[in-house]
Amino acid sequence: MAETRIAQEPFGPGPAQEPFGPGPTQEPFGPEHESPTDWIELNMGPQHPSTHGVLRVRLKLDGERVRDADPDVGYLHTGFEKSFEEKTYTQGITFSDRMDYLAPPINNVGFVMSVEKLIGVDVPARAQAIRVMMMELARIASHELWLGTAGLDLGVYSGFFYAWRDRELVLDLNESYSGVRMMTSFTRVGGVAWDLPEGWIDQLQRFIDVMPGRIDDFEAMLTDNPIWHQRLQGIGALSAQEAIETGVTGPMLRASGVDYDVRKAFPYAGYEQYDFQVPLGTNGDCFDRYRVRVQEMRESLKILQQVVDTLPAGPWMTTDRKVALPPRSELSTSMESVIHHFRLVSEGFKGPIGDVYAFVESPRGELGFYLVSDGTNKPYRMKVRPPSFCNLQPLKKLVQGVLLADVIAIMGSMDFILGDVDR
Amino acid sequence: MLVERLGNRFKQALQESSDFRGDLSIVVEPDAVVDVARYLRDEEGFDYFLYATAVDWPAREPRFTVVWEVRSLKNKTRIRIKTTAAMPEPHVPTLTDVWPAANWHERETWDLLGIKFDGHPDLRRLLMPQSWEGHPLRKDYVSFGEPVIFSDQKLEGLEPDAIRG
Repeated sequence: MAETRIAQEPFGPGPAQEPFGPGPTQEPFGPEHESPTDWIELNMGPQHPSTHGVLRVRLKLDGERVRDADPDVGYLHTGFEKSFEEKTYTQGITFSDRMDYLAPPINNVGFVMSVEKLIGVDVPARAQAIRVMMMELARIASHELWLGTAGLDLGVYSGFFYAWRDRELVLDLNESYSGVRMMTSFTRVGGVAWDLPEGWIDQLQRFIDVMPGRIDDFEAMLTDNPIWHQRLQGIGALSAQEAIETGVTGPMLRASGVDYDVRKAFPYAGYEQYDFQVPLGTNGDCFDRYRVRVQEMRESLKILQQVVDTLPAGPWMTTDRKVALPPRSELSTSMESVIHHFRLVSEGFKGPIGDVYAFVESPRGELGFYLVSDGTNKPYRMKVRPPSFCNLQPLKKLVQGVLLADVIAIMGSMDFILGDVDR
Repeated sequence: MLVERLGNRFKQALQESSDFRGDLSIVVEPDAVVDVARYLRDEEGFDYFLYATAVDWPAREPRFTVVWEVRSLKNKTRIRIKTTAAMPEPHVPTLTDVWPAANWHERETWDLLGIKFDGHPDLRRLLMPQSWEGHPLRKDYVSFGEPVIFSDQKLEGLEPDAIRG
């Protein structure tokens, strides 16, 4: 297992221990301070730039120190779960990518995987490979965006431009494959909607070749930067035990040293064929989360290279006519195919009665879809287990006793997407 | 087998178990949910909480199925705990004492489906505004559309049928 190690204090002893008096364990708020004049309530958000969305946090402040916090979510609640119940399985794909709008391909795959599990459809190898490529590209793009914006919150202005320049390469790849830069909706139950266009693999290869240097540039700018260290090291730490108890997931869980990645633990879409490692942190603080994400980008590039090298030929959609549309060529000769096509497009296909849970590793952690079917062509109930929701939950605990400025660092390191939290 | 061990220990409280597509589910009496959960955490190593939710079956009695799903990170297994809640005031015990991570998930279930979790430390609405009325994920909650008033109708006494979804 590759382990992320923190540089051994390259710039001297680092920040003085607790320069602002006793820390949170000292319980600075004794009963004698209970008068309401000793603290103020600060409304952070809903329109605060560091929340990267619409999140309101009610902070109880004693001077510069945060005494308590109450996150108020739901400003982006659009009722996706209710909407899923009213659309057929194929139509639901377009809802899935609008939840976590920074990693839409991963949401697409997670959603169709739940339907495929319910119905029992096999996906051809080429479709799996295309899905893996799109998912790993999305992971890199999401981590790039996180690097840029989390850095921006802490004053690394130039990093933002570099990160967005590199993310643009992924969006170009998305566009040339699916025609859309962000909301790809490229999966179908039983495969993917289109084969790769000509020249796409070459474009991807250029991306794989250029990215390691770009990540090196980023690391040169941040990993040994004393300000970056002082802002992140030891801030917002979660032990492995606490991380499991609070239910955090993804890089937040792995930064605390818990070796759990869905791609390794429960391989899907053919991840078991690829050789990659799961980066782990040791302290579980903001700095470890940063290191884990940067390492994950490198691992994703490794996976991408392996997929490019081993890309199988063949169909990209299952031949199971229960879910797959008849080929275009049949429509001009076979009346039955036209009827079949019409039925599949208008009414869709039905699933058996039952409930399944399918899950994938999104850039933010385990993204799960709990699908209940009553035997019709629509989900009876679709519960999404959003990773951002689970990662945001311990915010109240993490910010107690820290300085107000550290709240920004902690929230940045959590990498939550409010569309994913609120759905 | 996990289900056999559960059956031996909890007898009639374990009403049903199923294995659909590799997903293990058990249906437990509401009163026994906390004991079963504690047993699963302490003895069987189910340490990681995944999600809680509920499913509304208006034609069934009891009407709601409440679902929690947990995972054992070590054994790489999952189990779905289900129980039921009846109208008019559906309520089940909370599992936040067993898995603290259930807190927000149960709040969300209360918010969207109106299931009360007895003993929950902070049962407020989560996604909808605090002043919201109704529980949107219930099947009798009309999700979109606005009331259409035809010329022979009056606004008072407007039947729900006039709401075109």
